[in-house]
Amino acid sequence: MLKYANPTHFLALAARLIPWLGGASALALAVGLYLTFFVAPDDYQQGASVKIMYVHVPAAWLGMMCYMVMTSAALGTLVWRHPLADAAQKAAAPLGAAFTLLCLVTGSLWGKPMWGTWWVWDARLTSELVLFLIYLGLIGLWRTIEEPSQAARAAAILTLVGVVNIPIIKFSVDWWNTLHQSASVFRLGGPAISGAMMWPLLVMALGFTLLFFTLHLMEVRNEILRRRLRRLSILAASAEDADLSAEAAQ
Amino acid sequence: MKDYSFYIFFAYGFAVVVIGSLVVRITLDYRDLKRKLARFEQQEKGR
Repeated sequence: MLKYANPTHFLALAARLIPWLGGASALALAVGLYLTFFVAPDDYQQGASVKIMYVHVPAAWLGMMCYMVMTSAALGTLVWRHPLADAAQKAAAPLGAAFTLLCLVTGSLWGKPMWGTWWVWDARLTSELVLFLIYLGLIGLWRTIEEPSQAARAAAILTLVGVVNIPIIKFSVDWWNTLHQSASVFRLGGPAISGAMMWPLLVMALGFTLLFFTLHLMEVRNEILRRRLRRLSILAASAEDADLSAEAAQ
Repeated sequence: MKDYSFYIFFAYGFAVVVIGSLVVRITLDYRDLKRKLARFEQQEKGR
């Protein structure tokens, strides 16, 4: 396992895994979409608008899971100072931002016909918006600091500070009176939704999760190549400087 | 029952746009990096 912490071995592993993971996520999403539109029944209250939940809920889960991946990588950066952990952190931020944005927009598109409004400053929606803003802040931080290891340490600290928002998102519907409904799948008393709706939701969630890991591997691979290119450019520039100094000395 | 096609269409359309943009951006970035690395190696060989 440890040998894959070496960037060169990681690149070889990623090259083997990406096509399989990509294929598996495409298959799971295709089956999930079929189940969503042709098998899952409409809700007796929400009607067909419940179809939006099959993309909204997995996107919300992924937005939070991505943050937990980033938190683990942040610990890797701060504790072991491993370059692969830096790359994993950086690669996860845009993915997390994209899935959280998808969650917010699809939630809004469901909220308009069901609640009669695109947005309310409800605890769940607001904490989800805060998550999106944290992702944007992290992306900005990575772009602002040029030296990758310094950027990684700064981003890791911000990530660890921001992780407090994850339990707030999860339990906001229990701690406060919210317009957003409470948990219906992962709850103490077991799922509160019918199996006919839950299975398509779980298949879609599996497809989204596989897609996330595919994209994350691809992004980490890009980041390793970017760092390699940067290192080679610096080495070439120093070699050129040394040549010029030698010529000047002659 | 009301017709929610507009909202459903936009939700799934937006998902396709977001996921599609991610895939395209990451793929183009990879190609660009590979091209730059190959060019760099060619230059280094020529030195």
